[in-house]
Amino acid sequence: MSRMTDRPLPGAGVAAAAPGPLSTAVGPEPVKSAPSGAGRGTPRPGRGGPAGRRSPLARGGWTPWLYLAPALVVIGGLLVYPVYQLGLISFLEYTQAQVSGGEPTSFQGFGNYAALFRDEQFWQVLLATVVFAGACVVSTLAVGCALAVLLTRVRAVPRLALMLAALGAWATPAVTGSTVWLLLFDPDFGPVNRILGLGDHSWTYGRYSAFALVLLEVVWCSFPFVMVTVYAGIRAVPSEVLEAASLDGASQWRIWRSVLAPMLRPILVVVTIQSVIWDFKVFTQIYVMTNGGGIAGQNLTLNVYAYQKAFASSQYGLGSAIGVVMLLILLAVTLVYLRLLRRQGEEL
Amino acid sequence: MKLAHLSARMAAPIAALVVAGLTATACAPESSDNSGGKDEKSGTLRVWLFQEVTNAPKEKVVDDVVTAFEKAHKGTKVDVQYIPVETRAEKIKAAFNDPKSAPDLIEYGNTDTAGYVKDGGLADVSEEFTDWSESKDTDPTAKQSVTVDGKIYGAPYFVGVRALYYRTDIFDDLGLDVPKTQEELISTAKEIRQAKPDLYGLAVGGAYTYGAMPFIWSNGGEIAEGKGGSYASTIDSAAAQKGIKAYTSLFGDDNCPAAKCAGMGGNDTVTAFASGKAAMAIGGDFSHAAIEAGKVKGKYKVVPLPGVKSGEIAPAFAGGNNLGVLRSTTHRTLAVDLMEQLASKKTQGALFDAMGFLPTFTDVRQDVAKREPFVEPFVKTLGAGAKFVPASPAWSQIDASLVLPTMFQEVVSGRKDVEAASKDAAKKMNDAFSSAG
Repeated sequence: MSRMTDRPLPGAGVAAAAPGPLSTAVGPEPVKSAPSGAGRGTPRPGRGGPAGRRSPLARGGWTPWLYLAPALVVIGGLLVYPVYQLGLISFLEYTQAQVSGGEPTSFQGFGNYAALFRDEQFWQVLLATVVFAGACVVSTLAVGCALAVLLTRVRAVPRLALMLAALGAWATPAVTGSTVWLLLFDPDFGPVNRILGLGDHSWTYGRYSAFALVLLEVVWCSFPFVMVTVYAGIRAVPSEVLEAASLDGASQWRIWRSVLAPMLRPILVVVTIQSVIWDFKVFTQIYVMTNGGGIAGQNLTLNVYAYQKAFASSQYGLGSAIGVVMLLILLAVTLVYLRLLRRQGEEL
Repeated sequence: MKLAHLSARMAAPIAALVVAGLTATACAPESSDNSGGKDEKSGTLRVWLFQEVTNAPKEKVVDDVVTAFEKAHKGTKVDVQYIPVETRAEKIKAAFNDPKSAPDLIEYGNTDTAGYVKDGGLADVSEEFTDWSESKDTDPTAKQSVTVDGKIYGAPYFVGVRALYYRTDIFDDLGLDVPKTQEELISTAKEIRQAKPDLYGLAVGGAYTYGAMPFIWSNGGEIAEGKGGSYASTIDSAAAQKGIKAYTSLFGDDNCPAAKCAGMGGNDTVTAFASGKAAMAIGGDFSHAAIEAGKVKGKYKVVPLPGVKSGEIAPAFAGGNNLGVLRSTTHRTLAVDLMEQLASKKTQGALFDAMGFLPTFTDVRQDVAKREPFVEPFVKTLGAGAKFVPASPAWSQIDASLVLPTMFQEVVSGRKDVEAASKDAAKKMNDAFSSAG
């Protein structure tokens, strides 16, 4: 007790603002808290008790599994089993000949992976895919978020028009969208070249212009998801907060950065991860717009590469190895991303 | 009580064990048994043929054969289905995977022969084919397209071959002669482009493998040499490189600008010709209908693609389809019999009249050329000796991973010179040959 009277605790210092001698203010504290502290230590009469009567608790531990069983069976059947098969096939020599029984299946160890990693083209394609997917994610999020904010600032009619346009883009099948974009930029018949006066400039001939064209299409068909989700999030933000911010004289950009973005963080995390996964796996747009990977394969992404290298020629073992590598990359990216957010002190 | 306690601790491991047990039973991915075995002499024969763009005339020819066949074999029914060409690969693979619902007889693209044989899908019919009286007139290239390692896996159904289409009005206008050598062909193409800059002289495509191969073959090059499992690519030989140089010299602003033509495939070049954007194109007998439907109807002629020396014909790729009996069939004798009926001289003649498909028998082909002068240049091209892709199961892999288009495109776009590009292509092919065995 002497220590307390000599030097008040930091917490008590605040309380010291109230008049009165410190010793009397702090003195009774331990006495008051004593029963609750003891309460935590001693078992409550209702729970626990002698060791022989612990079975209800045990039964309680068993029941959740029962309730979880249907979900676990479904997840096991639909997720775990296929992934397990994917992993298994990636270690086998498994082509059409093995599937239809023309040749026996043989175990290859890491043979498929070794073949894949030895292929120079794989590394080039991997790099191109990472950069391309990164550009797509950033562009999609920027466009989606900007338009979501815009949606909250315009009147009902333009908002409806923008929503419908976005939903239209969203609902368009990827093959159709890609074909239409390709036609828009066609060197001979495309309106874009005519309007810009580019003559018969070919957009798909150069590597970067072809990637840029595909990027436009990918952004066009995937920003609506971001826009609608973020828009829903913004609507859920209490208007008082935004009002307070604008009363303080914050600019639109400042409100987004300091108020909306932190409040929308969980939503932004979800759309970012979604976009990373989608854009990393892009297939249709590349396949259709660059005619299966562009001039001399300059526009190949990992998925199209896997298709050409493995699935089109029924090398399922090699294809599975590529699938496993992609799975691991995406898992790693997602985990690292979540980890970074955690470190910033945000609970998801 | 004790049991409940136990189960609480054990639930998770047991669940894990059960899952492991379930998966263990399906440890190795399945392989299906395609060995067939039975040879029933009656019942239903299932046949898959390709669905053509205008299928009715083909159906009529097939129906006539089927009716006669059912009459000759009491108690036998034939069920013919027409499968879409675009999804044939999946369908036929599915048939190999599930022999119970597979057909007995299929039509298949002749470049797939070696792959299907390796898959264990096609039955060896060497004996029956040799005994078949009509087979002695089968053209050797067509026979090669059903042969793997000296064994025969089907009957050639029809062949497709490419030749040079050119615009008569433009040639008259500019006072040009029909090119007689490869060199003349290239210079004529550039001359036309110079006089009419909005036209391609000769429409070429970086992804048009079968339009490019004649240039390589006529210069004495080959895709690969060898037999059976031990193919080795020779696409980087000096002769082949000369052919690649000749073909790729056609890409550029003086004939077919690389920015547009590097990405074109065979259909694109035919479309360019049909829509009047090209003065010449390398098209097949099967492209005839598409070109007749275009702007240039009545303003073009066809000649065999010239070779290196005057009077020579550049060897063309012998495309086409075959009929084959599945190894899993339970009606082997009947299925082989029906195959011979469907691929007979009589049926192929009727099929030509109905669909324009070139017969695989040399004598039938000469007959139809007399009846229909249009096919004469194609028959001549075939007569001069057409070529075929390596009969290796690796070919489908090489084809799917676009080895040759990549090589042409690398040269055309200036990324690599002919030597480097052809060396890389040869390396990729050899990898495929060694891995597919």
